[in-house]
Amino acid sequence: MTEMAYGTVPVRAGEPVLPKWWRTIDRWALAAVLALFGIGLLLGLAASVPLAEKNGLESFYYVKRQMLFGGVALIAMLGISMLSPRDVRRLGVIGFAGAFLAILALPFIGTDFGKGAVRWLSFGFASVQPSEFLKPGFVIVAAWFMAAAHEVAGPPGRLYSFFLTVIIVLLLALQPDFGQAALVLFSWGVMYFVGGAPIILLMVIGGLTAMGGVFAYNTSEHFARRINGFLSPEIDPRTQIGYATNAIQEGGFFGVGVGEGSVKWSLPDAHTDFIIAVAAEEYGLILVLLIILLYAAVVVLSLLRLTQERDPFTRLAGTGLACAFGVQAFINMGVAVRILPAKGMTLPFVSYGGSSVIASGIALGMLLALTRTRPQGQISDLLARRGR
Amino acid sequence: MIRTPLRPLARILHARATGANPDEIERENIRLRGEATRDSARVQAATRLVVMALAFGLAFSTVGVRMAMLAAAEPAEPSLNGAETQILAQRADIVDRKGRVLATNLVTHALYAQPPIMVDPVTTAEKLVQIFPDLDRERLIRDFSGGRKFVWLKKKISPEQMQAVHDIGDPGLLFGPREMRLYPNGALAAHVLGGARFGQEGVSSAEIVGVAGIEKQRDQWLADPANQGAPLQLSLDLTLQSAVEEVLAGGMKLMNAKGASAILLEVETGEVLAMASLPDFDPNDRPAPLTKGDQSDSPLFNRAVQGVYELGSTFKIFAAIQAMELGLANPETMIDSASPMRYGKHRIRDFHNYGKQLSLTDVIVKSSNVGTARIVQMIGPERQKDFLETLGFLEPTGLELVEAGAGKPILPQKWSEISAMTIGYGHGLSASPMHLAAAYATIANGGKRVIPTLIHGGPKQGGQQVMSPAAARRALAMMRAVVTRGTASFGEVPGYQVAGKTGTADKAKPTGGYYDDKVIATFAAAFPVTDPKYVLVLSLDEPVETSGGEPRRTAGWTAVPVAAEVIRRVAPLLGLRPEPGPTELEGITLVRN
Repeated sequence: MTEMAYGTVPVRAGEPVLPKWWRTIDRWALAAVLALFGIGLLLGLAASVPLAEKNGLESFYYVKRQMLFGGVALIAMLGISMLSPRDVRRLGVIGFAGAFLAILALPFIGTDFGKGAVRWLSFGFASVQPSEFLKPGFVIVAAWFMAAAHEVAGPPGRLYSFFLTVIIVLLLALQPDFGQAALVLFSWGVMYFVGGAPIILLMVIGGLTAMGGVFAYNTSEHFARRINGFLSPEIDPRTQIGYATNAIQEGGFFGVGVGEGSVKWSLPDAHTDFIIAVAAEEYGLILVLLIILLYAAVVVLSLLRLTQERDPFTRLAGTGLACAFGVQAFINMGVAVRILPAKGMTLPFVSYGGSSVIASGIALGMLLALTRTRPQGQISDLLARRGR
Repeated sequence: MIRTPLRPLARILHARATGANPDEIERENIRLRGEATRDSARVQAATRLVVMALAFGLAFSTVGVRMAMLAAAEPAEPSLNGAETQILAQRADIVDRKGRVLATNLVTHALYAQPPIMVDPVTTAEKLVQIFPDLDRERLIRDFSGGRKFVWLKKKISPEQMQAVHDIGDPGLLFGPREMRLYPNGALAAHVLGGARFGQEGVSSAEIVGVAGIEKQRDQWLADPANQGAPLQLSLDLTLQSAVEEVLAGGMKLMNAKGASAILLEVETGEVLAMASLPDFDPNDRPAPLTKGDQSDSPLFNRAVQGVYELGSTFKIFAAIQAMELGLANPETMIDSASPMRYGKHRIRDFHNYGKQLSLTDVIVKSSNVGTARIVQMIGPERQKDFLETLGFLEPTGLELVEAGAGKPILPQKWSEISAMTIGYGHGLSASPMHLAAAYATIANGGKRVIPTLIHGGPKQGGQQVMSPAAARRALAMMRAVVTRGTASFGEVPGYQVAGKTGTADKAKPTGGYYDDKVIATFAAAFPVTDPKYVLVLSLDEPVETSGGEPRRTAGWTAVPVAAEVIRRVAPLLGLRPEPGPTELEGITLVRN
């Protein structure tokens, strides 16, 4: 008992934060995310120059801006990844409430930047797209509801989460932003699936989604035009898809060379929706396959780690975040290679966009926090059983 | 074996009985149930998570494979057509029977302006007026400085003009590539070709549509890419067409006529070798239609096909043929020819009085109206009408020109006996020269119906026999006599044995009745008479021959000499060998053994 003497150095119980973080974090996924961010900056050097020249700014204006936002995003990601699942939940719920209010306010104070959909809040020096921040918050809240339903005599959380999903999807579809609406719906579906949904119900929901798509096709001209472009067997070389396809073919296996590409000059969305085409043209198939591998690694590693997770909330929230991240990347690249209809969606971390990269950083931070190695009760279970 | 109760009720009751707190047991129970569901949910979730991971792996692999396939594919040339399809002109060429070009396409440019990107509208307008004097300076300045975003300036410009506009150097002046229709022979065969104009016009191209003639008639065919660029081959022969037009223009001037037409027809096939109508025009620069006056005076009017005229005595041969065909007369049958002839209140008179009686041959040779009227009286109106119908005089000719539809014969309202008699000598029925040429070709080829055509090597004609070959042969002999000793004595062309019939028809007044001093003089000829191959119908509108003391208007003095000159020019071009004339034997005495 000599250590308890007066004046000794106080020792904090438990492990220090950083070493514990380093020990428990999914280091492969973290490395993949950092690599993606680096690739994004590299591609931004090529893809954002035409935009900067068009807007009369210095060539690498957007690259610098993206570095700034990316820095914020990385700090947010690392910080959040150190939180406990309970703190992640709190942060998520608060963030969700804020983003939800912002979306409700959009029709009154939002701007459309002449793109036909009111999605942005403009603050003069920067603009924010609240729906980007809504996604991770929504996943957390929905997972919380669903996890509550796992409790014995708990509330009907699945039903609550369903109502919440419907509200959000309607809000986003009214903007109109069918892409984000589909992402939200998809995240909820995935969480519901992993959270123990009856197979029959899932099939019914799949059918309803298809009907919703048909409805959107028939009522929204914006939507119908893109679907038609996808279904027509011939690629019109003057469409975005036509340029993207041509860029991929030009690039071949090793690309035409750094800065030598031409697609970025002809495609208006080369720095966001079609950045993969720029990558394919300038750096070739090699870089594209690396990017795909990195995304697949983040998603698959996270999902596999979550199979070990005992806590329903952690598992569901992690699933939702990982899948939303993965499916967004998949849709973006799928559009460029024409296995999906044209739908504007950013490539997380790689595409240019402040809201996009910061929101992605927050989401990935949450995912990394949730996939950290934790005691999953094996020993305590054994002890409890032995004591019974 | 320790039996665990399904429900903790027994334990709770026991606890209550012993005074212990039952909540403890309740909580313990809930914890156990929670652990059980949690463990089962965890197993299910683990499976489904693996499914998800596999699905994502598959999805990303698909993208990767697809990327690889695209990257491995050769970048295709951005073209809408396949590589094999040749570049075709927008519109097919038109060529003559020997493949010489009558109409083709030429690449040129249209000039337009976009005033919003113009640097200096006023200076530009001034310089444009220097290049194109027909543009109006004030109007250009108004167009360029007003709110207009797009102004067409010129539809076709030459390379020199294009360079001059380039030299102005204003970015608001732009060129649209064009293919224009070009008729390299100018006015030659203008009425056959018709002309073309731009249809729907865009900046990058313009459609060409035919406005008249064969260009309009075959518009769809000419614009059809399925023809693989094959030209449209006409039956015309450029050389013959040129010769005919040249002689006709000279003759028209010499005879002081206001218009003229000529048709050269191949009698076996009905193919039109040359067809001219004067005055003519340049299809490269079609004049505007007349805004007042008679459209038939316009250069655009095709007298050979579109114009219907009372063709006069050229019709008499049909009455003679029908009379022979019906057995009513033979060439030597004497016909009452006392002039004037009275029929009710009408009188029919001849140019001269030819005596009391003429043989059928002499009725034709001297062109007796009275004699013809007597013959027609024997035939009767119904039979006459039927015969003229078989020769094609009651409907349009069906020639492949849009104007041919307008050449619909004008028939008497009631085909009475007096109408029949006047029609017999060519008044009271108006038909186009093309009708006459087809009917004479029918006689010349031995009686097989001819439908004239402008397309070379078209489908073989049925050739319905509309008169006996014997009657046709006798008619040709009469027509030969017309040339050797009759009204068409100027029509003799040594060596080519021309047969023909003149016709001088008084022109009908638009108000009714006939002019005294305006005639249409026509000569319809077939040659060579021993085996006729070609028919020429030449017609002069209001000719006057003034070399003599009094003006002469009859066909024998006007149309016939011109036609003879045409035949003299075209017969060698057609490859006909002149028959050796008797003059070669002068001074040589033949000895019979």
